[in-house]
Amino acid sequence: MKLGLLVNEGPFNHQASDTAYHFAKAAISKGHQVLRVFFYFDGVNNANKLSEPQSDDRNIVKMWGELASAHNIDLVVCVAAGLRRGLKEEVLADGFRISGLGQMIELGLAADRTIVFGD
Amino acid sequence: MPEDSIFETKGVKKNFMFVCNKAPYGTIYALEALEMIMISAAFEQHAVIVFIDDGVFQIKKGHNTKSTGMKNFSPTFGVVSMEKEDADEDDEIDMVWRIVVEKESIEARGLSEEDLVLETEVLSSGELSDLMAKQDVILTS
Repeated sequence: MKLGLLVNEGPFNHQASDTAYHFAKAAISKGHQVLRVFFYFDGVNNANKLSEPQSDDRNIVKMWGELASAHNIDLVVCVAAGLRRGLKEEVLADGFRISGLGQMIELGLAADRTIVFGD
Repeated sequence: MPEDSIFETKGVKKNFMFVCNKAPYGTIYALEALEMIMISAAFEQHAVIVFIDDGVFQIKKGHNTKSTGMKNFSPTFGVVSMEKEDADEDDEIDMVWRIVVEKESIEARGLSEEDLVLETEVLSSGELSDLMAKQDVILTS
């Protein structure tokens, strides 16, 4: 099955991004395909390469990038939500790209299931 | 199709539901959810926009944000209304937009249809649940 994910919350402050990550990993291991993860609201902060968690904690920003490159997942950060929060090309982590909200609607059209992670 | 399309979605028609369930101010959810709804219009998909829980306050008349310094986005709902009317009236556009408010949510908050800036369909939670089950994509904030 082709899956589309929407991550609505920022890293560390909220577990939504971690849950989405583990969901994606589990789905892929069962043979499903994750077409794209769209980061919206504070979720755009998941793409900030300046993020530097303590060494004994997970680095969810890096984890997304690695998962994306291993399984060809399109990680898209919303441009409008990003600009508001200072998330621009200059601080964009590996594996992510910035684009418009239309990419979320397109994902809804392309995916068999769209799953939202947030409150 | 607007923007840089990557997936093959030409001719795909789906039923989208946008669930607006958060108060208009205090957090950014309502404002950014509305931005998503506006963008979706360009894709000419069927959409149900639902106001439920504290989300019903998003479309209450008389927002005044002056003292808090927050952006008053209430006028944008006028554009939502226009999009819906355009879709309803233009036979060339194969897109139906429905604007729904949950009956229990407005009642619990002492509101009635007359208090709202949008013309809405009032559905009970049971009816809304049936409508939800028919959607292809449900986006919540």
